[in-house]
Amino acid sequence: MPLSANLRGKVGMWCLIIAESAIFSIFVVAYLYYAGKSLSGPTPAQVLDVPYFTSICLFSSSLTILLAEKALHHGNVKRFGVFWFLTIALGVIFLIGTGREWYRLIYQDGLTISTNLFGTTFYSLVGLHAFHVTVGLIGLTVIWLFTLFGAVKQEHSERINVFAMYWHFVDAIWVVVLSVVYFITR
Amino acid sequence: MACGATLSAAAAGPSPTPSLLNPASTPAHDIYHLSLFVIAICLGIFIVVFSLIVYAAVKYRKRPTDDDHEPPQIYGSNQVELAWTVIPILIVVVLFLAAARVIHAVEDAQFPPNAIEVTAVGHQFWWEFQYPGYGFVTANELHVPVSNPAHPTPTHIVLLSADTDHSFWVPQLAGKIDLIPNRRNEMWIDPHDVGHYVGQCAQYCGTQHAKMLLNVMVDSPEDFEKWTQQQKTPAVMSDQVVAGRKVFETNACMNCHTITGTIANGKFGPDLTHLMSRTTIASGAAPNTQQNLLLWVKEPDAIKPGCLMPAMQFDEQDTNAVVAYLMSLH
Amino acid sequence: MFDAQPMPRPMVTTAEQESSRPLVQVLHDWIITVDHKRLGLMYFSYGIVFLVIGGVEATIMRAQLAVANNHLVSPEVFNRLFTMHGTTMIFFAAMPIVFGFANYFVPLMIGARDMAFPRLNAWGFWMSALGGIILYFSFIGGFGLYGAGSAPDVGWFAYAPLTSPAFSVGHSTDYWIVGLLVSGFGSIATALNVMTTILCMRCPGMKLGRMPLFVWMNTVMAGLVLVAIGPLTAAQLMLLIDRYLGGHFFDTQAGGSAVIWMHFFWIFGHPEVYILVLPAFAIVSEVIPVFSRKPIFGYSIMVAATVSIGFISLGVWAHHMFTVGMTSYANAFFVASTAAIAVPTGIKIFNWVGTMWGGKIIYKTPMLFCVAFLCQFLIAGLTGIMLATAPFDWQLGNSYFVVAHFHYVILGGIVMAVFAGSYYWYPKVLGKMMNETLGKWHFWLFVIGFHLTFDFMHVPGLLGMPRRVYTYEASRGWEIWNLIVSIGVIFQIIGILLWVADVIWSYYKGEIAGNDPWDAWTLEWHTTSPPPEYNYAEIPVIRSRRPLWDLKHPEDPDWKYE
Repeated sequence: MPLSANLRGKVGMWCLIIAESAIFSIFVVAYLYYAGKSLSGPTPAQVLDVPYFTSICLFSSSLTILLAEKALHHGNVKRFGVFWFLTIALGVIFLIGTGREWYRLIYQDGLTISTNLFGTTFYSLVGLHAFHVTVGLIGLTVIWLFTLFGAVKQEHSERINVFAMYWHFVDAIWVVVLSVVYFITR
Repeated sequence: MACGATLSAAAAGPSPTPSLLNPASTPAHDIYHLSLFVIAICLGIFIVVFSLIVYAAVKYRKRPTDDDHEPPQIYGSNQVELAWTVIPILIVVVLFLAAARVIHAVEDAQFPPNAIEVTAVGHQFWWEFQYPGYGFVTANELHVPVSNPAHPTPTHIVLLSADTDHSFWVPQLAGKIDLIPNRRNEMWIDPHDVGHYVGQCAQYCGTQHAKMLLNVMVDSPEDFEKWTQQQKTPAVMSDQVVAGRKVFETNACMNCHTITGTIANGKFGPDLTHLMSRTTIASGAAPNTQQNLLLWVKEPDAIKPGCLMPAMQFDEQDTNAVVAYLMSLH
Repeated sequence: MFDAQPMPRPMVTTAEQESSRPLVQVLHDWIITVDHKRLGLMYFSYGIVFLVIGGVEATIMRAQLAVANNHLVSPEVFNRLFTMHGTTMIFFAAMPIVFGFANYFVPLMIGARDMAFPRLNAWGFWMSALGGIILYFSFIGGFGLYGAGSAPDVGWFAYAPLTSPAFSVGHSTDYWIVGLLVSGFGSIATALNVMTTILCMRCPGMKLGRMPLFVWMNTVMAGLVLVAIGPLTAAQLMLLIDRYLGGHFFDTQAGGSAVIWMHFFWIFGHPEVYILVLPAFAIVSEVIPVFSRKPIFGYSIMVAATVSIGFISLGVWAHHMFTVGMTSYANAFFVASTAAIAVPTGIKIFNWVGTMWGGKIIYKTPMLFCVAFLCQFLIAGLTGIMLATAPFDWQLGNSYFVVAHFHYVILGGIVMAVFAGSYYWYPKVLGKMMNETLGKWHFWLFVIGFHLTFDFMHVPGLLGMPRRVYTYEASRGWEIWNLIVSIGVIFQIIGILLWVADVIWSYYKGEIAGNDPWDAWTLEWHTTSPPPEYNYAEIPVIRSRRPLWDLKHPEDPDWKYE
């Protein structure tokens, strides 16, 4: 069997995704378990609005990163750079949106991590996801800077695919968090 | 052999050794019978498999007279594998059914209307016992009436916690159930023999987990009636210990302890209204004597290091007075 | 066809050459290494150091408990000792040892030159090492700030709400959390590496069905790590949020649940014990065939049993919570799943015996430890069955019976397998044979000590003695048993000291091992002892489960029968 570096990268990234999913699952379980059990304070229905715009941005970034991957696979580094940058921009919009939502929740609605069970589980789960988005954005930015200096070439396309798996994972987690927090239990 | 004497259920009834092999109440009996069944099966499995291991280890060892040829290289046998898969599955099914039966019998039991209701609240490091049907609260010694198997009078115990996790374990009377804050658990016992049963907290709860002992007094119906009547009365107000009562009421004592009929109404520490009706203090850590009471008030860490009773820092006179007062609380 | 290749000279320097290089350079090489063999040795040595430290903690506890109402140590110190002993042994002794074996031997056994991600491998080791240092720093650093406390004293499973800021003041619990969080990342990294290596880097001809059982079992172990460490990490992050950010995950006063900590912890905690025991099975599955001179009996069934154990182990966790007051249906479910896992486990014991059956067993030290493992693991499994029947657990849970059971598994099973593996593979790793006489003394002393301690430890449990108590009443009839239990410790200590002495002595004075002193059949025995840095000059091509058997018996190769 050929010692394919790409296969190793993909398998390794799947292992990381499995481990991270295990961590996220527990936070989701805690969120579901404590839904409706707060003794006081604002409830989800009272303070949460579905973040349609930022979610669409984040999901679109999965599309743009896929287009970037395809571009690099075909050797079109310039196109790759454009879509890669768009991915970063969409991710940043998502984070800014999250930040604005939290600002409103904290200062207007009086919901903090210590307010009640809802506050604790909400900020932890959404925050854990946002942390993973941030880490992803840092990685994306580093690669984008490498691209600007001409260091990223077609031969790196398999490695880019492995990194993109992480970004797709972050998006998939958002599907779960969005459904659980903003639809199922609100 | 000493081990046999200790382990055998020779003497039924209460024992200073809280052995699960000496059950004195229906839940403990059910568990005991299940345990005999399980131990018998496990012993059977052990004898068979251990013999096979020893036989293989001895019979198939290389002898000095053996040549250097390798033995026949056997890779496996599907029939053998099937046999030793099916038999364990059957054993597992049997064990599951036996266990499920007892789980249901103990956990889903229905209580007769004359069951005694007790609420046990776990504290660091003592037991609060409320008798809502009788309207009093006591601590550390649990009195229950003996239960005649023909006309059972079980005691139903609701288990709560005021702080962290604890566990109520009196092996001769029942299996243990935990006391967990913000959770209501329950258990029941129906002791068949009068006497003093011992146990202790079985879930690590902090520094003095080891000395959060349990003393369950199973009384005859008459004695239980007498005990409850006495516990319902407010505290004895003796003129001879007015000085001690004053010390108690004007210091921090009244903030933690309750003595009904006085202004002391604290809930953090044990109810002391009928302190002298108990044979031990500090939840079983020491016998209830004047000497120990003096030591307890002066230096609780000498008896139960790390417990939450503070050293009261009274002078000699006040210490003696307050202990004299405590000793009047029959 | 397996190629016979010319044997290269080892690239690792000899002891004489090493001593002539400056110490700083030698240390530097070890610190920056990404070689799986060196990292494996470092993991193993780190684990042994903490095994000894954990052993000292246990010895002090047993001295305190040898008689009733003893005053050797205060309750505060005792509570820190059992917390540190449990945490140390699981996370900083057993896991590093297990990772050490996997790291060293998985690449060699699959004909690879290193792990899939050598630098990640190094990172994983150093994170694990850092975790242990952080935990032990609590002994000193705990008191650094006024009122900050000392080593954690909340028990190795740190139940809520004892760990809440209200009941656990100061920072001792935080050292527990952070130390394990950090080493948890290291564990995930290593598991990722092991899994990727096994899936992607097997030599030509080594289909999954031809991997040594050692490799199979470490694969399942790695899978369990990936799935099970996450829940612990999550729970610990939640606890940090409670302790530092005012969160209420486990805050019962705010409506939080103490039981949910237990669920999260044991969803990690039960698979964890399989993470520890599967590598022990892995060792035994290699040693028994070689010393019985037969292939493993029922290879495919062993693989299927291992994989089943992996899956079922994810569904038994609440058998640690039978006394928590779950409904009768929940209790019954976990009785069923726990009893079910006994089936594949039992099958494995039978297969090991089947391997010995009809063989020509050679009783060198590795095999002695394997036979002890079989007997002791059998007993451990049976006491596990007893505990699995929930009502029996209502009596036995949280008592010394449970303590006896799990030490039977860990010491009677896992540690004995580790000793077997150490005597078996020491020649490969260090090029010298260990001393058989010392080995046999170690074996018998340790077995006697083990049984004195852990056989008799079941009795106080049956007689009502709970665990985690710094002392007990003299009137309860537990004293004589505790005394015997404590005496057994002395024999175990001497046994282990003999082993350490043997390890050191044999390095300098042991007989030269050669490539294949045991006449074994897996790939690691086809390279030099110790292996060169690159393991294999040419990647081997294999055709069966026992490539060296094929080489040594060209007239009767395994691939004809598989």
